[in-house]
Amino acid sequence: MASLNVKINNLELKNPVMTASGTFGYGLEFADFVPLDGIGGIIVKGTTLNPREGNDYPRMAETHQGMLNCVGLQNKGVDYFCSNIYPQIKDIDTNMIVNVSGSSPEDYAECAARIDILENIPAIELNISCPNVRDGGMAFGVTCEGAASVVRAVRKRYNKTLIVKLSPNVTDIAEIARAVEAEGADSVSLINTLMGMAIDIERRRTMLSINTGGLSGPCVKPVALRMVWQVAKAVNIPVIGLGGISCAEDAIEFLMAGATAIEIGTANFIDPAVTIKVRDGINDWLDLHGCNSVNDIIGALEA
Amino acid sequence: MKKYILDLTVSFVEHINDKYVLIKLTCDTPLPEMLPGQFVEIRVDNSPSTYLRRPISINFVDRSTNELWLLIAAIGDGTRALASLSKGDTVNCVLPLGNGFTMPQSSSEKILLIGGGVGVAPLLYMGAEMKRMGNEPTFLLGARKASDLLLMDEFNKYGRVYVTTEDGSGIYDNDVEGMCQKGFVTNHTILHTCKFDRISTCGPKPMMMAVAGYAVEAGIDCEVSLENMMACGVGACLCCVEKTTDGNICVCKEGPVFNIKKLLWHL
Repeated sequence: MASLNVKINNLELKNPVMTASGTFGYGLEFADFVPLDGIGGIIVKGTTLNPREGNDYPRMAETHQGMLNCVGLQNKGVDYFCSNIYPQIKDIDTNMIVNVSGSSPEDYAECAARIDILENIPAIELNISCPNVRDGGMAFGVTCEGAASVVRAVRKRYNKTLIVKLSPNVTDIAEIARAVEAEGADSVSLINTLMGMAIDIERRRTMLSINTGGLSGPCVKPVALRMVWQVAKAVNIPVIGLGGISCAEDAIEFLMAGATAIEIGTANFIDPAVTIKVRDGINDWLDLHGCNSVNDIIGALEA
Repeated sequence: MKKYILDLTVSFVEHINDKYVLIKLTCDTPLPEMLPGQFVEIRVDNSPSTYLRRPISINFVDRSTNELWLLIAAIGDGTRALASLSKGDTVNCVLPLGNGFTMPQSSSEKILLIGGGVGVAPLLYMGAEMKRMGNEPTFLLGARKASDLLLMDEFNKYGRVYVTTEDGSGIYDNDVEGMCQKGFVTNHTILHTCKFDRISTCGPKPMMMAVAGYAVEAGIDCEVSLENMMACGVGACLCCVEKTTDGNICVCKEGPVFNIKKLLWHL
């Protein structure tokens, strides 16, 4: 049995397997399928300062080895989270992390500050990369200055571990990663979804209510892996890798590319128990290869 | 209700016609509790173009044989792959999901079950459970043509079955009671000759909207089962939302059965 413990800043993870925001609800939705305390961290649904209804239906289109979504950050707002959701999840024995989004740096900061005071939320993941809302989200994540402005505002109001989720819809993701590191981000997670589109040719209409959406699933994995590798070389803070991870072998690729931890997203829809299988699969692989710790393979690509 | 991920074994396949297939699944252990109106998310293993699971209504649960029945309309690549399953195949299922129809509170409550096309599926289990509870259901089932009326022998076991076909096929001469009529379900005279306390319906959305419109007009309580496109099936991805009096809510988790009072349909 290898050691699976990893650290993201002050955050101690019992294993490197986390769940991606928007794919695992608040964890409770999957409690019948997996022991939630067996997951390294659970990143709950994107939360904003004010409630958001999200985009109109249809919000989803299946693609080859993946799916597009344009949910658009539907959530009941941070105050509802604090009063109604937090009491239900605060005693789950793992890192419960909130994904935070907003329309302005001040929004992000206020939302983060309200979560900062919740004792059992040890970290937030800043979503500066949602491709599905016009007023914010990805608008910040596609320029160094935009990304920096959000992190700067949040860093002043948020004292715990700050993870920043990066958009792949940029020319040079490493440059954005360096910009948020310079503003005090403790970690970066990548990639959010890739902007995409699908058309119903019989109806000559796009498949999604807002025409475009974010692509996720196994089809994005090679792109995600490449970006994780580039970013891991560019920054000194820990990198969390995600994008199409569906099995232990996928996860190990990301770890070798330089990710300290990984998130599993869309694969939860196909196998609601995938997180624990990936955790066990990483352990088996480490045992089989004589590794005592998962840290032995993080960034361990041969030159 | 506890949800499970189970590998079930195909025990029976009947190709009803070129579009519809009845598949029965079984398990070494007793199947979990399931309610009429709930559904199953099935992993599609033999279709390269299919990534997501397919949500399929629970058609019937036969406790005597420990079999779960699924009625599948082969529409796209995913459902075509499911329709090509053979006896002995293994199928990975997440179940039971969503909430069921409201069951009768007394034996005197008169409930009309209106189904259209493959939407008749959950009404068989509903009717069977009603009958088991001592409340005989009335079915009103619609199809384009008589050959698309599905599982009629089964429905007849549990209650009276009224039928409409859009092309008038299946109408027979000695049908003195007018059980089978031409048109849409909402054209059937049973709606005027008999007073019901509630309607539970499942079928194409235009049909359910017409039924809901009738129910509102007639002052009858009405529940509909929606089939918005889903990904996760458990309320995590927020893709299958329906606009309701409580805002956008997930059909998979809060539904698929909704009272029409909760929906913002323009009837």
